[in-house]
Amino acid sequence: MEIRVQQEPFGAGTELDAFTARASGAGAVVSFSGIVRDDSGRMAEMLIEHYPGMTERALEAIAQEAVARWNLADALVIHRFGAMKPGDQIMMVATAARHRKNAFEAAEFLMDYLKSRAPFWKQERSADGASWVAAKQDDEDALKRW
Amino acid sequence: MIDVLYFAWLRERIGLPKERIESSAETVADLVAELAAREERYALAFSDLSALRVAVDQELTDFDAPLAGVREVAFFPPMTGG
Repeated sequence: MEIRVQQEPFGAGTELDAFTARASGAGAVVSFSGIVRDDSGRMAEMLIEHYPGMTERALEAIAQEAVARWNLADALVIHRFGAMKPGDQIMMVATAARHRKNAFEAAEFLMDYLKSRAPFWKQERSADGASWVAAKQDDEDALKRW
Repeated sequence: MIDVLYFAWLRERIGLPKERIESSAETVADLVAELAAREERYALAFSDLSALRVAVDQELTDFDAPLAGVREVAFFPPMTGG
């Protein structure tokens, strides 16, 4: 299991290759990448604030639960903080399991939980100013299926 | 002494990321009441607790959580990771 909270960019392809290479015995690897999306067409940058210390602990706990519940061979979570531009990669998760069903479900579980339970806050900045992204009720509701 | 941390718009409204305070509060709710009684900016920031979340010693919890032996309390809006 690997959890990384970092300011620096990362390459999802390189990370996925390394993750796959060390996921011995797994027959399925699933990955998800989150990209900075500019819905307004006016975003200059996205700033992600986090809670150092708690962020790592929360991600560890979520990933440990995923590993135990879906019997994963391995799990990877990378999440950036700081300033990013539209199109930049914010985060990725990868899961490795014997079969694809567990790998897919565990990846969805990881995403649902880290959206609403890991201490990150997004702020969008444009020429008009800065605004904090509001949490969505849909994201909170998504936790109920687990 | 308790370290109290604020994040995102709560940090902006209160005007600082962290402060160390002497408190006799027994629960998080008591601590919020103490803070809100200090100054208008705290009262405004804590006016709607349904818009806030709290972590005690870096674990998410509720506003009725006890504070005995606690070193760090953090207040913040609902999280928007991913």
